[in-house]
Amino acid sequence: MQRNGPLALLFHTLFIIFILAPLVIVIVVSFTDKGYISMPKDGLSLRWFYAILDAKEIIRAFWFSVKLGLAASCIAMVLAIPAALAISRYRFRGREAIQAFFLSPLMIPQVVLGAAFLRFFNIAGLSGSFFWLMMTHVIVIVPYALRMVIAAATGMNREIEHAGLSLGASPAKVFVRITLPLLSAGIAGGWLLSFIQSFDELTMTVFVATPGTLTLPVAMYNHITHTIDPLVTSISAVLIFGTLILMLIMDRVVGLEKVLVGKG
Amino acid sequence: MPSLPARINWVPWLFSAPALAVFVSMLLTPLVLTGLLSLYVFDGMRGIQDTLTLHNFVEIFTDSYYLEIFTRTAAMSAGVTFICIAIGVPETLILSRMQGRWKSIFLLIVLAPLLISVIVRTLGWSILLGANGLINQTLLELGIVDKPIRMVFTMTGVTIAMVHVMVPFMIMSVWATIQKLDPQIEQASLSLGASRLKTFFQVILPQLLPGILSGSIIVFALSASAFATPALLGGRKLKVVATAAYDEFLSTLNWPLGAAIVIVLLVANIIVIIGCNRWVENRFRAVFEG
Repeated sequence: MQRNGPLALLFHTLFIIFILAPLVIVIVVSFTDKGYISMPKDGLSLRWFYAILDAKEIIRAFWFSVKLGLAASCIAMVLAIPAALAISRYRFRGREAIQAFFLSPLMIPQVVLGAAFLRFFNIAGLSGSFFWLMMTHVIVIVPYALRMVIAAATGMNREIEHAGLSLGASPAKVFVRITLPLLSAGIAGGWLLSFIQSFDELTMTVFVATPGTLTLPVAMYNHITHTIDPLVTSISAVLIFGTLILMLIMDRVVGLEKVLVGKG
Repeated sequence: MPSLPARINWVPWLFSAPALAVFVSMLLTPLVLTGLLSLYVFDGMRGIQDTLTLHNFVEIFTDSYYLEIFTRTAAMSAGVTFICIAIGVPETLILSRMQGRWKSIFLLIVLAPLLISVIVRTLGWSILLGANGLINQTLLELGIVDKPIRMVFTMTGVTIAMVHVMVPFMIMSVWATIQKLDPQIEQASLSLGASRLKTFFQVILPQLLPGILSGSIIVFALSASAFATPALLGGRKLKVVATAAYDEFLSTLNWPLGAAIVIVLLVANIIVIIGCNRWVENRFRAVFEG
């Protein structure tokens, strides 16, 4: 194993600065006491964090996104768990096609999905409904949920299930008492990842969101195209901290490296 | 009913049925509807006309306005992919040579932005790159430039921010390949007298090629359909395919043309992904099976 030379470490330092710079600047700028984007030179101020509480539109969009993300990730798990079990445990004709179909939203550009959902909603008259917007998110996040559960189910020791069956437990009981608990880490990881993906989704949602169904990313996008003020930086700072907390939880539950680097 | 040699096992189909139903109704149907929509013509006065034609596709492929958008998008994606290779591959190698804790800490720092909203990251870049941004202020104070460099609403600015969004995907992909490498091969090359440079280009790089290529496919495909970063940093003048489609749907309201644009994007995307994957698999069969 080669060691990194000084040049390599210099490159590494610059790279890390490049990666962190836009996130750090957002956090730093959010503590300004001025009414415009500027470095907090005259001391830190929480002015713009308090300002979030008065931004009714943003608060409403935040809770809408939380509800949407929770509902969509739960539905996605309900769909993904049985599908993942079918794909990981059975060898059947069409298995690969089904898997490719369920993972296909990863390969379809989100603009394409957005346009397609917009047309679909327009024809079917479904615009402006929480439920149908949630279903579009379900389509986008099922691949993430599916991959995590497949990875967990493939690495699972099935002898324990056989032991349960041979000791007289019913298949249903084995599923609830043995299979699900063994899959729980994968399920929890898939659920969290799905929630984050839904919560952050912009490109597809921007097509189908209506004033009544505004998600936080769409509200922020609209705000930024209009004006960049310290308010969006303080909202962003809160989002960065929130994501960090979710990542720490995810790290505890499944290991973040597995989520980010692991393959399903 | 023809007699089948093996009984069809209904259990996996039953398990997949709920997801299948949702995907057919909520994914396949909208896509087919969009494909159909692209065959209609939009008339400014009378709305969507009821005749099927390939007019929109002809317009996309002949009108210089749309050609420019597609060329710009392809050029930008190629540039972003190239820079991601140039900085992502060395960084992954450096990460893989780190020891213990540092390795996982820095791997997380490098990959974690994937989970942070693209809007937040793009906002960070527009603050950094703006005329009064940190980069321009520093350059001015150091006396390197005498007036702010325009970076927002330029291709340079969009490319920098896009690389920031995309480079974790490259690192993820190369990282997966590095894990399979045998570090002794590198040792062997060095101890047999090859220079570090020669070892890198003739021993390490060829082994990483599958990871680099699959990373490039992901980065290229995602860049070609990126929306938020080009929209917020590129503005109206630097339209790319995704922002053009958005404008057709939500400003100009020429839905059939917008549908044709996204269909071309989808087909191009699928051709690039499947075509490159095939090529990589054939070319590197030995590596994958080894």
